[in-house]
Amino acid sequence: MNKTHDNRAWLLVLPVVLLVAFNAVIPLMTVVNYSVQDVFDATHRTFVGADWYRDTLHNQRLHHALERQFVFSGLVLLIELPLGVAIALMMPKRGGWATSLTLVLIALPLLIPWNVIGTIWIVFLRPDIGLLGHFIDHTLGIHFDYPTVPIQAWVSVMLMEVWHWTSLVALLAYAGLRAIPDAYYQAAHIDGASPWAVFRYIQLPKMRGVLTIAILLRFMDSFLIYTEPFVLTGGGPGDSTTFLSIYLVKLAIGEFDVGRAGAFSIIYLLIVLAFSYVFYQVLQRVGTGEAK
Amino acid sequence: MARIEFRNLAHSYHAGAPGARPYALQPMNQAWDDGGAYALLGPSGCGKTTLLNIISGLIHPSEGRVLFDGVDVTDLPTARRNIAQVFQFPVIYDTMTVFDNLAFPLRNRRTAAPELKRRVEQVAHMLELSADLGKRASGLSADAKQKISLGRGLVRSDVAAILFDEPLTVIDPHLKWTLRRKLKQIHQELKLTLIYVTHDQSEALTFADQVMVLCEGRVLQLGSPTELFEHPAHTFVGHFIGSPGMNLLPCTIDASGVRVDGHAIELEPAYAERARDARRAGGALVMGIRPEFVRYRRHAEAGFLPVEVTAVEDLGNYKIATARLGAQVVKMKLGEATSVASGPGWLSFPREWTRLYVDGAVLG
Repeated sequence: MNKTHDNRAWLLVLPVVLLVAFNAVIPLMTVVNYSVQDVFDATHRTFVGADWYRDTLHNQRLHHALERQFVFSGLVLLIELPLGVAIALMMPKRGGWATSLTLVLIALPLLIPWNVIGTIWIVFLRPDIGLLGHFIDHTLGIHFDYPTVPIQAWVSVMLMEVWHWTSLVALLAYAGLRAIPDAYYQAAHIDGASPWAVFRYIQLPKMRGVLTIAILLRFMDSFLIYTEPFVLTGGGPGDSTTFLSIYLVKLAIGEFDVGRAGAFSIIYLLIVLAFSYVFYQVLQRVGTGEAK
Repeated sequence: MARIEFRNLAHSYHAGAPGARPYALQPMNQAWDDGGAYALLGPSGCGKTTLLNIISGLIHPSEGRVLFDGVDVTDLPTARRNIAQVFQFPVIYDTMTVFDNLAFPLRNRRTAAPELKRRVEQVAHMLELSADLGKRASGLSADAKQKISLGRGLVRSDVAAILFDEPLTVIDPHLKWTLRRKLKQIHQELKLTLIYVTHDQSEALTFADQVMVLCEGRVLQLGSPTELFEHPAHTFVGHFIGSPGMNLLPCTIDASGVRVDGHAIELEPAYAERARDARRAGGALVMGIRPEFVRYRRHAEAGFLPVEVTAVEDLGNYKIATARLGAQVVKMKLGEATSVASGPGWLSFPREWTRLYVDGAVLG
């Protein structure tokens, strides 16, 4: 077949090119631009090469923020995935009003904006008037003061994150479960499989795809967490809830250190990309790979 | 191995009093012999899968009982019925190897390891899967997966019957034949009761000793492939089985005999007499004859009726001719040596192959 050459075809690609340019390429290049220069003001700037990167890689505060970040994201995945799958398994199996109602109720937290979630939880956690804060402080008798006790601030941020996003995992897992043909359950029934075997050998393998997506989304999202700790304690007490993005914003906007912040951003992006790639590869292999 | 019986069995997916609700399966009484190969044949939605699921226990019938070897199993769960089932789409455990897939039903029943290994290897050998035992099951082709599904049924020594729910749907045409032969071979070796659901008549007729034809939840006929072909008990069976299906010609009956569009048809006098009685009681009368049994002549001959041949299809080893007898259309399946041409022709309906149907049911 002869292909027709017509340069007007480029016009068809133009919207995507423009969108990607404004959405990704231009902002990213701005950051790259900052990261290799020392900027004093609009007219005074010097090229410093990789200095900011070298500096960032040796920054102790950054190292601590990174460790904190990994622990946080790891815990988030460890809690949200099993919890989400468990919720999905308990949801009604067939259509009808009960299913619709459950789906809407479960999806509710996803519809609330981040800063509203922060505000809700601040009130909820207050020891004097907040329901949960009061319960812990007065009923359980545990001194509760998250703005000054690091571990309590941590647990509070975790709670917010889990409350906000477990629904997403549950919905994804539910979709995966519903896509399993009935014949699998019937065959397992005939083979005399226990409920655990059904979960282990049918449901879990069949949910592999959606769980991969869930892990990727939750890892990246929790790795970029900002609003919850910002609203709750602004990264405190001390540096205890200063995760990467909080530290980044402190650097860029608090200290106006745009060179360091630029270099930091690029490294941050690379870490997220690298982890996503590794997760994806690993999870692909788990399902389709060679025998044993 | 088991003899399977249905006593007043019926199923409805709707609530309501017996007899007053829409039935997916009309009340029936059947007994199937131990070790037989049975096919349930019928168009989509005729109730054949419902019946299969009742046998396996996935559906609890709304009326009647199911008996295996005289024991009522109606209330037993699937796992305790000693039934194996192969589904339309291959069901395999993706993360397991072929060996583990085959061993799964035995492990669930806590079979000892040496016995388990022996059974799995025996079944794998029978199904020609020995070379694949160490491979991951999800990487195999559809027909190998279907064999694994079947193998999971065969490994259990206590299996009473194996049910097949259109198992060849996703198999490549050239492999269907091999797999079907494999099934027959296993049936002969193990003498298991096999029940095979399909809407494909050639699958049913080549696979089964006995075929049960269902339509709209009703059992129309249970018989051997030859019986279904030569003595269809219902116009639906006549039409559904055979390619092309039975010629069904509306007819009238009067003192002189049966007439199709004014042409007199010769029948046994006693048979015609019974038809006359049936007609008097009311009911539509239809004459049926298989295209294979219609006789054709190019020139007039005693006992032949004048027709107009409108189309001839030469299909290699046979020809299908379409003829007009007055307003009625008659199809004929003729040998390749028969000379047939469009235009005037003559045909006759041999009386031993001509049946009369009153309201669909054959007049015996």
